[in-house]
Amino acid sequence: MSVQAAQRQGAEAPGAQPRHPPRLRAVVLALLRKELLVELRTLESVPGMALFSLSTFVVFHFALNRNSVQGDLAAGILLVTLLFAGMLGINRLFVADEEQGGFDALLLAPVDRSAMLIAKVCALGIYLVVLEIVAVPAFALLLLGSSLANALPDLIGVLALVDLGLAVIGTFVAALAVRTRARDLIGPLIALPLLVPIAIGGSRACSPLLSSGHHGGVGGAPGLRWLLLIGLYDLVFGLIAYAVFDFLLED
Amino acid sequence: MLALKLDRVVRRYGEREALAGVSLELVEGQTLGVLGANGAGKTTLLRLLATLLRPHEGGVQVLGVSLPDQAWAVRGRIGLLTHEPLLYRELTARENLTFHARLHGVGAQRVQEVLDAVGMSRRAEEPVRTLSRGMVQRVAVARTVLHDPELLLLDEPRANLDPAAAELVEPLIGRGTDPDRPRTRVIVSHDPRSAIAEADVVLGLRGGRMALIAPAEQVHQEELMELYR
Repeated sequence: MSVQAAQRQGAEAPGAQPRHPPRLRAVVLALLRKELLVELRTLESVPGMALFSLSTFVVFHFALNRNSVQGDLAAGILLVTLLFAGMLGINRLFVADEEQGGFDALLLAPVDRSAMLIAKVCALGIYLVVLEIVAVPAFALLLLGSSLANALPDLIGVLALVDLGLAVIGTFVAALAVRTRARDLIGPLIALPLLVPIAIGGSRACSPLLSSGHHGGVGGAPGLRWLLLIGLYDLVFGLIAYAVFDFLLED
Repeated sequence: MLALKLDRVVRRYGEREALAGVSLELVEGQTLGVLGANGAGKTTLLRLLATLLRPHEGGVQVLGVSLPDQAWAVRGRIGLLTHEPLLYRELTARENLTFHARLHGVGAQRVQEVLDAVGMSRRAEEPVRTLSRGMVQRVAVARTVLHDPELLLLDEPRANLDPAAAELVEPLIGRGTDPDRPRTRVIVSHDPRSAIAEADVVLGLRGGRMALIAPAEQVHQEELMELYR
């Protein structure tokens, strides 16, 4: 039950002395600040994600034995690499909370548990943006063979929607998996099928951007259709995650 | 008014009953001492009272609120101190307490107050992972009382504390300074003598079952030692 609902019903609970719980925004900011501080001190997620993506591009560079890739192939390599790199962050997302009592701390506080969902989605989103700041130029250098400058504004838009989907679904799945013994296995097993529509939509939307002669042309029909698909998928999963997140934290 | 009321509470982990038919009542302002060997169900009892676990059978009321249905109404009124300090190792003591303060809507001034009270102001800017166990316990005590809870659930609160530190935290985890409104406490202990001295009611658990419940003045140390044999 949300804190707002709790406050509404507070007078009906015998013996309850409703206090003034902190606002959702304040709790989200506190959780996000904690999340970023822990990551800055441990560097457990983002460097690993970035290194993984760089290594993958290097492997593709040599394995494909081409000077450059374009279109569908380029978009597929970029999106799938980002998706797998993102999985590393997803797997670590709740580990500190599980191992160091962060869940209990949240459950003991008079706050809306959705704050943790929002904070984690924001944190994972920030990790993905940092990842892409490293990975996209490396991708252009190692595999694309041509400048991304013209396509960059549209590419940023596509990746923003992809990141949102990855962050929402990743947070949802990470919360589901973290209390299982085989969380490192369970997380990807659940997340990857759920992320397939994001990978398809993202790569189809990116494909025209990464084709020669089409730079800057994401406004066309195929790109927009796929962007709408990702946006809708993000929205649906955002609502599902919001609806069930409380239950994932409960005993 | 009753602060705690448990009616034939059962809590299982898989097939094993960690608590089996536990019933008790505790009046506001009283202290319940809980004793029992390892695996007797003491920590499960604390986590159940803290709303972190649900009972599988029976009824639980905490501070007049039925659990688990109305658990939201009692959160923020409970301070829980367990063997896990609920502190992030990479954050400093002050960062941890500030984080908890924000979750409870408590101001930054209170963070400094509790740091001073547990004698950790000078080490407040160091990551928790670099602190000794005793210091971590002091910060955990500070975290427990940060929001001035009405009910304290304390699992061996003086563990890892040297005598000076134990004396330092005593006012924080004691009955409180207001004799008209003493704090309600549940204290898990392995020291029968201190449990009898500190508690109003003593509960002995053996294998999740109630082996003993009586006013502290009617309990002898030897009876409590039997719980460990």
